Amino acid sequence: MTNTIADIEEADVILITGSNTSENHPVLSSFVKRAVTRRGATLIVVDPRRIKMTEFSEHWLRPNLGTDVAWINGMMHVIIKEDLHDKTFVEARTENFEAMRAVADKYTPEHVESITGIPAQQLIDAARLYAKAPAGSILYCMGITQHTSGTDNVKSLANLAMLCGNMGIRGGGVNPLRGQNNVQGACDMGGLPNVLTGYQPVDNLDAIKKMERAWNVTGLPTKPGLKVTEMVPKAHSGEIKALYIIGENPLVSDPDLNHAEKCFSDLDFLVVQDIFLTETARMADVVLPSKCFAEKDGTFSNTERRVQRVRKAVDPPGVARDDWKITCDIATRMGYAMSYKDSETIFNELASVTPSYFGISYPRIEHEGLHWPCPTPEHPGTPILHGAQFTRGKGMFHAIDWIAPAEAADDDYPMYLTTGRVLYHYHTGTMTMKTEGLNERAPESFVEITRGDAQGMGIQDGDRVTIASRRGEIQARVRISRKAVDGTVFIPFHFAQGAANKLTNAALDPVSGIPEFKVCAVRVSKGA
Amino acid sequence: MEQTNLMVINGNELPIEPGETILDVARRGHIDIPTLCHLKGTTPTGACRICVVEVKGARTLLPACSTPASPNMVVRTESPDVVSSRKELLRLMLSSGNHNCAVRGRDDSDWTQFQLGVEKDDGSDALCPVWGDCRLQDLAYRYQVTGEGFQGTPARYPMETVNPFIVRDFSRCILCGRCIQACNEVQVNNAISFGYRGADTKIIAAGDRPLKDSDCVFCGECVQVCPVGALVEKDVRYDVRPWETQQVRTTCSYCGVGCQMHLHVRDNRVVKVSGVEDEVPNNGSLCVKGRFGFDFIASDQRLTDPLIKENGEFRKATWEEAIQLVAGTLKDIRDTHGGDSIGVFTSARVTNEENYIAHKFTRAVLKTNNIDHCARL
Repeated sequence: MTNTIADIEEADVILITGSNTSENHPVLSSFVKRAVTRRGATLIVVDPRRIKMTEFSEHWLRPNLGTDVAWINGMMHVIIKEDLHDKTFVEARTENFEAMRAVADKYTPEHVESITGIPAQQLIDAARLYAKAPAGSILYCMGITQHTSGTDNVKSLANLAMLCGNMGIRGGGVNPLRGQNNVQGACDMGGLPNVLTGYQPVDNLDAIKKMERAWNVTGLPTKPGLKVTEMVPKAHSGEIKALYIIGENPLVSDPDLNHAEKCFSDLDFLVVQDIFLTETARMADVVLPSKCFAEKDGTFSNTERRVQRVRKAVDPPGVARDDWKITCDIATRMGYAMSYKDSETIFNELASVTPSYFGISYPRIEHEGLHWPCPTPEHPGTPILHGAQFTRGKGMFHAIDWIAPAEAADDDYPMYLTTGRVLYHYHTGTMTMKTEGLNERAPESFVEITRGDAQGMGIQDGDRVTIASRRGEIQARVRISRKAVDGTVFIPFHFAQGAANKLTNAALDPVSGIPEFKVCAVRVSKGA
Repeated sequence: MEQTNLMVINGNELPIEPGETILDVARRGHIDIPTLCHLKGTTPTGACRICVVEVKGARTLLPACSTPASPNMVVRTESPDVVSSRKELLRLMLSSGNHNCAVRGRDDSDWTQFQLGVEKDDGSDALCPVWGDCRLQDLAYRYQVTGEGFQGTPARYPMETVNPFIVRDFSRCILCGRCIQACNEVQVNNAISFGYRGADTKIIAAGDRPLKDSDCVFCGECVQVCPVGALVEKDVRYDVRPWETQQVRTTCSYCGVGCQMHLHVRDNRVVKVSGVEDEVPNNGSLCVKGRFGFDFIASDQRLTDPLIKENGEFRKATWEEAIQLVAGTLKDIRDTHGGDSIGVFTSARVTNEENYIAHKFTRAVLKTNNIDHCARL
């Protein structure tokens, strides 16, 4: 997030898109709901599903799946045409405005309506509202990113925020809501193929030299590595011989699971380090038991870039160990000694090689976490990014045209499928499904469908149906719901039984490598 | 000028900030005014009247939580009238419900008869489930009152136990309305409200249906703010007493909000989770997963030993064996096929320190940049 969670309550207008906030970030959603009910902020929701947040919204725009670039360009079209944009900000803080404008010019509300299905007037009203707000905050999540155009979608939201001068101010910003406790930290800590810690590129020789000195090694690789979604297919083709997987369950969370499973079985060697014998661990040659969060010390970085402490409360089961300890033991056995007294020692080392974490230490975050960047031990942290200038200097407008999703419905697969989570479960369910009460509330996979579509197919609420895509088929129970939109079904991806990802499309965004989980074509048929 | 921004509480001159209530000024000045219904950050309701204070010139005692502070106001927070009013209120509360803590009374025969009635309602012979963690009990001790001498009123509504997480015990509810404030103004789930009238008043959900059939999302905010034993976590009720546990502050391991939580630990087991009040980013709030989804920690399905697959079956192994096998095989593959033939999936679930170590291992030991995690999935 460019801004903080608390800052949401400072916004005059909040635009939520591609985030089922009240189910996936319930506590954060209460900041939005309070801003609306108690502080008079106005909420715009742009989402195909009638999610709970729409009950708090002034405007709910319902786009067709995978048409985000079109409606965002459309809003910018209206804002520029009506001269509502922040010309001072655009002039002083950004570049490439004219190129973006040339593209936005084409996206008249009527043209956008023909692509997105959003009535022209609704788009105009929402655009005016966002543009006129003194402070407008954009919140988004996987509904924006999990598309073949995911990177374009995010850049388009940044365009919109810059156009209205909503960057670097309280109550503004472009705010991705991170879905996992430490997905921010995993990125910050160089858990990415193209960057070292603190987003230092692997082909930046100064950064490489610094790491080599700190680690007392030579020959660190400078060629960007493979993304998760590239490594799995390369296991099939034989380029990847071995995978070492720490705390992930790709055999439920990956797209096109049938293919992913084949890829994994082609590996020469698979090591899985986890707290449970997950679907992925079952395929491993060696399984290493690790501690869960309640058994370890360390830090997580939350969605607002706040580095916070994790503390040991109980002993681990059996001989389970800290994940860092296991990795260090493997490294040492391979001939490179890695040994640390405790997590704090590791933190001090990582801070010393990571400019954005340099000023953070355990004593400083004992009571309250700090927002990176925090470059010195005296620095108070940075709650709001891009205050005086952007990381690259001026903010860059991107001229982006809408492109259709990778897969379209046809006679064989006439409906669309979109996936997501429910309130009571988390990711692949390995943790939440151990709590009976949560299973009681959300016992199994389901397919959410409109009453009209269900009647058309002659199916009833609670029926078991078969859902098929070009890649596989699953069975799930029908849930007729007001949340659904005609022509589109929703299935949560938590459940290994009735796994939505047997259906999803592994087509990737060309930049981020994210799969298009949010759109694929399916056929729903009676009977299981 | 300064004079006009001051008020006097118990003889102390205190500055007033715009919009503050008497309670706000007192708390800032470290003067304790007891409250039951007051919930920080929400609209004061003045429902319980426990916070009444004596304001010079006022005809009646005024609730500190909802009376605006004004310049030159002179307030006494523990005057004889105030104390007498609080005592009376506490007696009434204690007498109108199943408050079977020791403060109820000292008369043996009164207590026995009362306790037998409560046992029937509770289906348990234990004392109140929140004994030792109850604001009403605290105040009864502070003001040395009992419910003795009043005819106890029987429980009007049966206990609700039909959801997996929360027991609603109306016999212990003092109708302070904190749960309603928490639900409607803090979490804004709008699931509960006051229902019925007068002596029949009850906290209801969805036209007096069980929580599971209402808009309730089981965030448990109401449980955390309930000052008495009316709302208690189902798992904990009677089983865990507050003095048996130690609290460890940590960060939630579900979504990326990073809620600060206390793990309540007894005998090396997490038995309850609560939000850390007044701390960012969540200010005490949690969701259903964070508050109730902790059973996985002590699950008997946890991995306890390294496993090595032989002939398609796993067998338990020692760390020595497992590390030797992993290190040896990865070394062979790296040396034969090059580091780029190996990939590492690090994790959005483990700590920064562990991600750093995985990143260092991948780059410095395996000599590849093939490292990623499920940010995209």
